[in-house]
This record gives sequence, structure tokens and C-alpha cells, in this order.
Amino acid sequence: MVSELINANPVIYEKKERRVRSVPSAAADEYAVEPIDQQEIFDILSDPEHPYSLEELKVITEDAIEVDDGRGYVRVTFTPTVEHCSMATVIGLCLRVKLLRSLPSRYKVDIRVAPGSHATEAAVNKQLNDKERVAAALENPGLVDMVDECLSPSYE
Amino acid sequence: MAGPTELIRHIESYVDTSCSPSQQAASLNSIITLVKNDLLTIEVLVKEMGMYLTTTDNVIRARGILLLAEVLTGLASKPLDTATIHSLIGFFTDRLADWRALRGALVGCLALLRRKASAGMVCASDAKVVAQTYVESLQVQALGQHDRKLCFELLQCLLVCHPNEVASLGETFFYGICQAMDGEKDPHCLMLTFPIVEALVQIYPDPSGSLESFCEDLFTLLGCYFPIHFTHLKDEDSDVKRDDLSKALMSALSSTPLFEPFVIPLLLEKLSSSLPLAKVDSLKYLNHCTAKYGADRMAKHAETIWISVKHAISNSLEKPAISFTEEPLYGLGFQENEVATEALMLLEKVTMQNEALFVNLIVRDEDINTVFNSIARYENYNIPLQGKQRLHAVGRILYKITKTSAASCKSVFESFFPCLMNTLEISVRNSSGDCSLNENSCSSKRFNFGALYLSVELIEACRDLIMRFKDLAPKSDTTHATCCYMLQSFVDSLIIAFCSSLATHLNEVHGAEIYFTVKGLQMLATFPGDILPISKIIFENILTELMSIILVDFNKTLLWKLALKALVHIGSFVDAYHESEKALSYIDLVVEKTLSLVSHDDFNVPFPLKLETVSEIGASGLNHMLKIVQGLEEAIVGKLSDYVHGKLNLAERTIQLLECYCNKILPWIKETGGLEEVLLRFVINIWNATESCKDFSIQVQEEELLDAAMMAMKLAVGSCSDESQKIMVDKAYSVLSSNISIPFKESMDAISSIQLQELHVSEERDRFSHRDEWIVSLFASIIIAVHPKTQIANLKGLLHLFMTTLLKGCVPAAQALGSVINKLGTKSKDTENSKDCTLEEAIDMIFGTNIWSFNENGVLKTSGTSNGIKVSLTDLCLGFSSNKQLQVRALVGLAWIGKGLLLLGHEKVKDVTKIFLECLLSEGRKRAMELQQGLENSYEQHSVMRTAADAFHILMSDSEVCLNRKFHAITRPLYKQRFFSSVMPILQSMIINSDSSLSRSMLVRASAHLISNAPLIAILSEAEKIMPIMLDGLSVLSEDILDKDKLYSLLLVLSGILTDKNGKVAVVENAHILINCLTRLIGFPHMMLVRETAIQCLVATSELPYARIFPMRTQVLQAISKALNDPKRAVRQEAVRCRRAW
Repeated sequence: MVSELINANPVIYEKKERRVRSVPSAAADEYAVEPIDQQEIFDILSDPEHPYSLEELKVITEDAIEVDDGRGYVRVTFTPTVEHCSMATVIGLCLRVKLLRSLPSRYKVDIRVAPGSHATEAAVNKQLNDKERVAAALENPGLVDMVDECLSPSYE
Repeated sequence: MAGPTELIRHIESYVDTSCSPSQQAASLNSIITLVKNDLLTIEVLVKEMGMYLTTTDNVIRARGILLLAEVLTGLASKPLDTATIHSLIGFFTDRLADWRALRGALVGCLALLRRKASAGMVCASDAKVVAQTYVESLQVQALGQHDRKLCFELLQCLLVCHPNEVASLGETFFYGICQAMDGEKDPHCLMLTFPIVEALVQIYPDPSGSLESFCEDLFTLLGCYFPIHFTHLKDEDSDVKRDDLSKALMSALSSTPLFEPFVIPLLLEKLSSSLPLAKVDSLKYLNHCTAKYGADRMAKHAETIWISVKHAISNSLEKPAISFTEEPLYGLGFQENEVATEALMLLEKVTMQNEALFVNLIVRDEDINTVFNSIARYENYNIPLQGKQRLHAVGRILYKITKTSAASCKSVFESFFPCLMNTLEISVRNSSGDCSLNENSCSSKRFNFGALYLSVELIEACRDLIMRFKDLAPKSDTTHATCCYMLQSFVDSLIIAFCSSLATHLNEVHGAEIYFTVKGLQMLATFPGDILPISKIIFENILTELMSIILVDFNKTLLWKLALKALVHIGSFVDAYHESEKALSYIDLVVEKTLSLVSHDDFNVPFPLKLETVSEIGASGLNHMLKIVQGLEEAIVGKLSDYVHGKLNLAERTIQLLECYCNKILPWIKETGGLEEVLLRFVINIWNATESCKDFSIQVQEEELLDAAMMAMKLAVGSCSDESQKIMVDKAYSVLSSNISIPFKESMDAISSIQLQELHVSEERDRFSHRDEWIVSLFASIIIAVHPKTQIANLKGLLHLFMTTLLKGCVPAAQALGSVINKLGTKSKDTENSKDCTLEEAIDMIFGTNIWSFNENGVLKTSGTSNGIKVSLTDLCLGFSSNKQLQVRALVGLAWIGKGLLLLGHEKVKDVTKIFLECLLSEGRKRAMELQQGLENSYEQHSVMRTAADAFHILMSDSEVCLNRKFHAITRPLYKQRFFSSVMPILQSMIINSDSSLSRSMLVRASAHLISNAPLIAILSEAEKIMPIMLDGLSVLSEDILDKDKLYSLLLVLSGILTDKNGKVAVVENAHILINCLTRLIGFPHMMLVRETAIQCLVATSELPYARIFPMRTQVLQAISKALNDPKRAVRQEAVRCRRAW
């Protein structure tokens, strides 16, 4: 792990007010299908319990998520806080693992760094979306521990 | 007598620091007991302890002194003589200088000073010495937190108990205290210091004397704490709340008017702080101090206060309301935060205190006048946000000011109202009073929004003011009429203008404008007549206008709702203030019109809106309600008879009417009370209608209609007293006896003479005519709802009738039987003779008598003829007849009767339960045999067992339709627990012993009903035993879609067990089956809640011991990954949580 924080004092953005989902009326059809949408993916990623979540750092925003429920496809574009952030790959990996664990298996997940936000953008993108390398990373006990730590709820 | 050695042992164990705290407390207690019981005197104790009290070893001395002090604390109520107290206080005072052993000295002084007079107190001169020593030798701020707290407690005690002695010490004491408190930061200590300041101020009564000079010093001490703000929000301070501390400081600061020159500038300065907390606090303090300091002292700050308040209000407005609804709002609907609220309260307070000054300030204020001068800019609602804020602030300020008193109201009106009227282009009432002329001139133009808003605010404030005076002193209100003389000259033209504006400009204006126009009308209409006389024509004008909105503009939701609300307000005003002339117009124009809405179908208003209007208008006053109820009744009865004569389309309307009657009108009547004759009339009318309708034809919606009618009937009867219930029962009885086609025994004597008629119960239900069903059901619903005390004529005959109809499948009859049985239970001696039937007789009649008999061809007859075999209800339940449907009906009936008995706590319920269980077993056996013989079985057979099992649901669950508190059922406390614990073991053993799978599953079903309705506490204690049955029950219930609600309630019980600590222990054994069962339920397709709860249960199981659940981990994860693809969002979210937990 890095011994010193690269961006020790990041800018904290105010949380965007959460859209209130219209609660379906009680009489709603028991068998109606509620498709997975942008907001749901976003809620999965930005765990509301995290104190300084990725949301407040504007690493991910709701608009940067594309979902197609019918075709089973998600694309998340995230923005590292500083250009040379060495954690970008780790953040990406965490996002991927989190989605992998929270979405049905029919989904294909695509994770990208926002264009122009990172020094080695192409390399990071390649690394994150390479199936083999992700699988290899998840076999590395050190990395798995780190990802689990990132994903475990921090309030406990 | 305790030996001296024992005493020494106790003393030593307390003084020895190596002993545990509990040992020390124990020895302290035993010493206290010794002294209390006079086995030891204080003198002896002190002598024994002599060495510990005087030794040069600091630690031992400190402990020794503390021991003596603690003993004295423990003896607070034991009388001691003066000499002892004198020498003791002398000792402790002396020790105050000994900083190494201070705590004991402090505790000792406190204990002695706090003594009550009855037990011997410290004398005045001693107290003075204590105070002197305190000031001379204590360095409070150098001590630890606990010692400081003790010091302050001692000080407070001195100030409260011996104020004169302390006061005589003069300046030195005062400065000593100041020094002690200076720089204190601990909240616990501060909670003590603030009251000390308050007390300190009180002991120097002379305001011109030394106190004046002290005040500045005291203020520098206190001022730095304002505003109270905790920098470290730690749990350790949680017992001292910021609010408490802030209140203590507030009362300290306002304790004397002498603080005024220092405090008010500080507060005003803090008002401009950027910290919202500081603002709110300073407004609160200002409010409080204003009251304490008095008008004279506050007068010089008036201008500054006004300016600060104005800024506070206008700067603290948040976003405006998104849309105008019928709910009342403040001003323009800006959300006011705490600052604005406090500021307005302060404004009200200061204005009340110094009226002339503030009103003058406000009337001349530049900002306000700018708004008025530029009011032409606020043409409509779509003005910039800033403008709206300004308008809102001005409106709110004027509202508050106007409301405070008659004089302020007068001057505000004088300065602003003409200008507003001018902008609205409304002229003074012309002398001829001819209103129709003005109408044309006004209607052509839209109102200026700003002026509209402000004038409505002013009118509302004026009205509130008058109403307040009226409520305070109803007689002497003429004096206040002066404040609205200005309004008088405008009122007529205003009303006309408002009305015409509503009529003409509806489509082009914003909701806000409609809102204020309607509000203005409502306000003007509800002015008391003696203060602001409004002519009859004008008042009626308002009502007509609003009514026409109700009748025509029902598709403009906002306007419609507002108009209805306004009408309701006017109605309740008219009703409450006895405005007789207005009341007449109101009834003529509003109530009558509303009624015609329901009774005729010629208006286009949607039916639900009609009903809303009816119930709302009715609720506005007693007289209105009486009219409305009558109209509604006529409508219901009329609709019913129309319906019966073949107008099928009316069924839905009638149901809605009945529901409206049940849900809106009846609760109101019940709340108001004293309207029993109305209910009585309703019931009688319905019966008359029923009587007069001779032919009922079969209808589609009959069931629902009958249900609605029965519900209305039950509720109406249930809320009456027993006298009126008696009349209702009699009426119903007469209709019943003369109209029903089924014969029933008029009395017991007549049995033999009654002509026997065959009851072809085995045939289908159509033998039982619809008319009979109506009458019997309605009658049953009356019986269900009556008080236990109400007398019912010919009860035996009725019981017989119900028994017969019950077999024809009439469930209400069964419910009525249950109710009768239940209510017979309380018969005391005095009523016994008047009844023609006792509980025992009734039970005997139901269970014992063989009222039916079979003849050879399997047709059931009433008994009397001796051919054939006699049977009773019990026999029928046990399958005596081969007709399964009959058996099912008998079982349902028995279940309701059983419920009546169960609620009563009657022994007989055991027999009933036995019948059900027997039924379950024997049928199972029969069926197994038939299966072996290869017989094809009908569904009916199955249904008998099912009914028997479901009977337990009827027995245990709370029913909406009968046998509940609303319908005066007698309920024995804890009956569910009792039944559960007596029946459950039987069921358990039966399940274990059951031989066929079918009867086993039915038994499980019965236990599932028991479990899901029993209280959780009862279940938790037996969780371990029940668990396997419960899990079986879950799988049994999940087979049929119709059982999904029952499945859900059982699952909820399971989750209740899982979340309980003891419950979890019980579950461990069965973890394997439990998880199997839950993973199956995740896939339950028919109810989302079941899936969601199943997953939540899985989350709870993940906390079981790891070794237990690890083998199931893969299985659970697989099941959850399927749930991730669930169609419902809530389920998916739970699945994500669950996955993380596993």
C-alpha cells in the first residue's frame, strides 16, 4: 500500500440531493417488472453509509452510468480525484467487484476512466476491462483483501 | 452491640486503598447502619477514627476524612444535636484549607449544610465561617473536575440556605466567587455556575448599591459563554444537553435588569453572526430578556432591534413552496427556518410591550414603504424570486404586527390599506349601497398580485385579532370595532371584486392568485357580524360563488379543493358563533345544494367528489350534519329500493354511499355524541325499505352490496346505547318474523304446533331466496353489534333460525351465533330472570339438541317427526351426512361459535377444538383408506379437512366483521396465549403420530394458523419445539397462491424469532432445514413481501454460529444470485445486502 496519501486533502463536494423514487402505489400489480436503472446502479456503488463516499469526491456521478436492462449492459465512467492517482486501478477494480456481486450474472460490466482525467488513461482502461487480468488480480490474496476492505461497510 | 474490633475492621477496609470499591462501599454501609440503629454514636466513631483523621499520611488522612463525610451523608435524616454538628462543621471547615484531603472536607460540609431543620441544621454563624474559609482558602480552578463540581454545589447550597450570612460578607465574597467561576469549561460545572449567578444577584436586593458595580464583572464572566456551542460532541456529555445549558445561561443573563446595558448590545451583535445557531439563540435570549428587563429599558434599543429582526427575517427565507395546495401556508409559502420563526416571535413580543414605538418604526420604515410604493411591479405571481421574498417578508411582518393589538391594527390599516385598495382599484362603498353597479366595473381587470397578497394578509390578521378578543371576552367586543372601520368601507366592493375575479379569470391566473382570492373571501365571510356587518346579499353572493365552483369547476383540482375548504371554514364559523341569519343562508345555499348533489344524478360532478363534499360540509357543524345525514339516508334508501327494482347500475353508487356513511359520517357522529336518534332512524329506515321490497332478483354485485350494507348496519348499531339497540332489534325482529319464508319457532312452546317443513339443505343455495338471505344477514349484523345488555326477544327461536340458515351457507348467521354466545356470558343475576335464555341453555341448544333428522333419502329435516335419525350440529361436523358441503358449512359455523366461546374463556371451547381435531384425523384416515382402494376422490373431501384446519385461523385471528371491541364482544385477556399453549402440544403430538401425509399436512396447516396469530412472546418461549412445525407450515402454505397472506404472516413470526436473541439459540438446531426452506421461499412468485422477508430472514441467519451455517453457504449464495435478477427493486436491494452479509 502507499505509505503516504497522494491527495491527502481532496475537495469534498456536496452530495447531490437524492431523487425520490415515486413509490409505487400499494395496488400496483404484484407481477409488474421494475427494470434496473441508472439510479439503482448508482445506489449500489455509492453506499449511503460511507462517510466520504465516492459520490462526495465526485469520482462517480449518476450521469456517468449507462444502463441497458434489456441487453444486460452497464458502463460506469469514473473520474479519479487527481490525474496521477495511483489508486485509479484499485477504485476501478472495487467498482467492478461490487457490481459483479450486486448485479445478476446476465450483465456485462464495463468500467472506464473519464477521458482526460488520468495520466495513463489508456493503460488503466485496458487493465480494468481485461477479463484475464481482472481474474488474475482477484486470485491475488493481497489484492482481494484490499478490495474486500474497501467494500466492507465502514460503520461497523 | 458491635464490638470495637469490628468497627475498626470496617474503617480499615475503607481507608485501605487496595480494597475493591465494592468492599469499601459495603463497609461504609455497615458503619452507617450501625450509627442509624444507635449501636454506635458519632462521638465514639470520631474517637475511634481519631488517628485516621489526623495522621500525617496524606492518603490515609484523605480517606479517613472522606469516610466520616460519607457517613454523615448517609445519615442525612438522623437527628443530631447542635453541639455535635457545631464541632463537626468546625472540623470540616478547618479541613477546607487542607488541599491534599479536600474532597472529604467538601463532602462533609455539603452533607452538614444540606441537613433539614428537623434533623438539626448548621447554625448561621458556622455557615458564615464556612463561606469565609471557602473564599480564603479554596483555589477552585486549580482543582479537578469532580472537586470543582463539589465546590460549586457547596457554593450553591450556601447561597440558597444562608443568603443573609453570605451577603454580609460583602465584596470579598463576591470576588471570591467570580474568581472561582472564571474560565470554567466543563458543562456539568457550568450547569451549576449559571444558577449560582442567578442566586448571587438575588441576595443583593438593593439595585442602586453594590450590585450595579458587580454587574459588569459578572457579565464579563458570563458573556463569553454566549452562544453556547459544544466543540466536542462526545457521548460523555450526553447527559448535559446544549439546550439545557443554553436555558440556564439565558435565565442567568436575564436575572436582573441591571445586565441590560451589557447584554442587549452583545445579543444584537451576535445576531449578525454567520452561525445560524448564534442567530437563533440571540433571538431567543432577546425574547426572554425583553420580558424580564421591562419596556423602559428596552425602548432605547427598539430601533436596532427592529432593523436586526427585519434583516433576520428577510435573509433567512428559503426556497418557496413548489405548488399551492389546499393546505394552509404562511405568507407566500416560503419555508421559514428557525431564525425567521424566532424573529417573528420576538417582533410580536416587543410590539406587545411597546406598541406605539414599534408600530411607528414599522410604518415609517423605508424598506416597507419601498415595497408599497413599487407595488405595481408585482403584477402577477411570476415575479423574480427576490421580489417574492421581499413581499413575503413584508406580509409576514405586517401580519404579526397587526395581530398584536387593536391600536397597532388600526394604525397599520390606516397607513397601508388605502394604498392597497387603490392598487386593486376598489372603491369605497357608495352611499346608495347598490352593489350590482360596481360589479361591471371591477370584473374587467385582473388583480395586482402583490396588493392582493398583502391585503389578504392584513384582513386575516385583523380577523385573527378580533376572534382572539372575542374568545377572551365574548361580551365586550364593541370596543375593538374601531380597528376595522377602514375595512368596513371597503368590504362589500372587495367581496364583489373577489367573486367576479374568481368567475372570470380562472384560466389565466396562477394557483397562488386563486389561493389568495379564495382565502380573502373566506376571511371576509367569517368576520363576526357585530363588528363587520356584511349584508345578506353579499354573504349569499360569496356562498353562491363558491358553490358554483363546487358544482362546475371540479376538474380544476386546486380551486375545487380550496373552495370546499373555504366553505367548510365558513360553515364551522357560522355554526360556532351563532350567526343566525348567515346560518340560514348557509343551509339554504350550501347544505341544500350539497344534498341535491347526492340525491339527483343530474350534475356532472364525479361521484367520489360529491361524497367528499357531502362529508366535509356535514362535518362543519351539527346542524349541517343533521341535514346531511338525513339526505344521505334518503339517498341510500332510495338507491337501495331502485336497485332492487332492477336498476343494476346503481349498485356501485350505493356501495360508495354506504362506505361514505361508514367511514366519514359515522366516526363524526360517534365523536360528537348525542346523535343516537339519527342512527336509530337510519337503521329503521333501512328495515322499512327492506320490508317494502318484495321481490329481490339475483344481481351480480349483490355480495358486495350486502357486505357494505351489513357493515353500515353493524357500525350504526354498535355505536348506540342499549335502549336504542332494543328498539332496533324489535323493529328488525318484526320485519324478520313477518317476511321471511323460512319458518322458525316463534317460541319454545310452539314447537309442536309449528308445521314442519322439509329443508332441502342438501340442494343448492337457491332454495334460500335472496330476500331471505338479505333479511337474515341484516338481522344477524344487528345481533353481532348489540351490547351484551340489550335484550333480544325470542332468543331461542332466533338461535334456531340461525342454526338453520347456517347450514345453508349463511356465514353472518354463524357469526351472529358466535356473538350471542359470547354476550350471554356476562349475564349477572339481575338480568337472568328477564332473559328467556341463559348461556348454558344456548350452548346446550347448539351442541346438545338434535335439531335435525335425516329421513331415508338423505334429506335433512327439522326434528319433530320421529322418523329418521336425529342429528346435532356436532354430528354434522363429524361427517354424519355424506354430503360434504353440508359438513363444510357446519364446520365454518362451529368455528365462529367456537370463537365466541374462546373470547369468553368458556370450557366448551375444548370440545369444539376436539371436534376439529377429530375431523382432521378421521377424514385423513378415511381418505387414506379410499386411496388404498383406488377410489377417485372428489375435491370436496379435501375441502372438509381444509375447513377444519382453517377453523383455527378463525378462532385465533382478530376479525374485522364481528366479535371485536367495536361490536362489544366480551374479550378475556390473553385468550390467545392460553389457547395457543393448550392446543399446541396436542397438535404437536398428533403431527408426530399422524400416519398419512395428507392429515399430517392439514395438521401442520392448523398449527401454522395457531402460530401466526399467537403473540410473539408466547412463541419465543417455545421456539425450539415449534420450529420444525413452523417450517413445515411454511412449505405447506407456499403451495397455494390463495394462502399468500397467511404465508406472509407466518414468515413474519419467523423473522420475529430470528431477530430475538433467545430465538436465535432455538433456531441453531434447525439451521439446515431453515435455510433450505428460506431459499425455496426466495423464489415464491406470487408476493413480493414474502420474497423480501425471506431474504431478510436469511440476513438474520447469517449471524448464527459460523460452523453451523458454513456448509450452506454455497447454496445460499446461489439462491441469492437468482434473487439479484428479481423483477422487484426492493427484493434486489435486500439481495445485495444479504450477499454482503454472507
